[in-house]
Amino acid sequence: MLASLGLILLCQLIGEVVVRGLGLPLPGPVLGLLLLLMLLLARDRFALLMRGPLRDDGVETASKGLLAHLSLLFVPAGVGVVQKLDLLASHGIAIILVLALSVVVTLLATVLTFRLVSRLLKQRDAR
Amino acid sequence: MKDNPFSLWVYLSQSPLLWLTVTLLVYAATDAVSLATRRHPLANPVLHAMWIIGAFLLLTGTSYTSYFAGAQFVHFLLGPATVALAVPLYENRKRVVTSIVPMLVALLAGSITAVVSVVLLAELAGLPREVVLSLAPKSVTAGVAMGIAESLHADPSLAAVAVILTGIMGAIIVTPLMNRTGVSDYRARGFAAGLAAHGIGTARAFQVDEIAGVFSGIAMSLNALVTSFLVPLAVTLLVR
Repeated sequence: MLASLGLILLCQLIGEVVVRGLGLPLPGPVLGLLLLLMLLLARDRFALLMRGPLRDDGVETASKGLLAHLSLLFVPAGVGVVQKLDLLASHGIAIILVLALSVVVTLLATVLTFRLVSRLLKQRDAR
Repeated sequence: MKDNPFSLWVYLSQSPLLWLTVTLLVYAATDAVSLATRRHPLANPVLHAMWIIGAFLLLTGTSYTSYFAGAQFVHFLLGPATVALAVPLYENRKRVVTSIVPMLVALLAGSITAVVSVVLLAELAGLPREVVLSLAPKSVTAGVAMGIAESLHADPSLAAVAVILTGIMGAIIVTPLMNRTGVSDYRARGFAAGLAAHGIGTARAFQVDEIAGVFSGIAMSLNALVTSFLVPLAVTLLVR
């Protein structure tokens, strides 16, 4: 468990170092995600890597434990709304309406594009 | 008991212990309610934990800074949780690889819609320029959005609030909206949830369906990448 958490943190750390070092415009944890994914894929190919947190679903179990409480992790930033009460009092309704409309439009654009492309591909495969 | 109870409060309210405990307990309660209502969208545990803790801070006159000193230990885990998304991605890799083309096209369509729609609507609503800029990255996860807002000289803490509000609204609306569109493909539904509503949408997607959760996590990571490039471009083109 501890070694698995350590491995997750190490991936994030390397991600942050590379992102800052090279001035890449992407977040460090996203690079860390790619790194952990490559480690897991490499483990299936090279038996040498099958030790510590990469053995017996160690890192898998720790990751699922973290993801089971993903919602909780947004609470501290969300409570930050108390700092913005004056702004919300003056522009709150407009801000909420703008965000709500935009999120609906974004959900629809994404899901319909995904479905459309996936259908087009299947038609081509069928021919 | 020589000290008066007030000095105990002063001590506790300044220590990380109290606010970390409050965050965990209030969330545990709102999550239990959400579970009891069989994950009803309106019983979103983040939304209810937010206003309960917020009200508690206002009533006790506690500043957000002292609250965050305790809650930061929870906030910190957002980074490792993003890394952890590698695991469901790895376990469902075959399904992900076969969907790579629809994913990339939907990513492009969705991320452009997310940024352009919020900027145009905010301008239309006559919001001040600084607010428009802070809302622009609202569909990406909090840490990334705050970075984008900073680089635009907008308000990072307003950006974080816009991100959370967007995530909660997305998580509430995604299931009823998708049921109405008649799309039953959980890859597409999850992808849309993660793209439009980042981690809160992804948490919701995992509650509904494992595949939806996986695709939501992918959408959230990819959108963080694309939006970092897109927002500065959209702002120069669209904002007065």
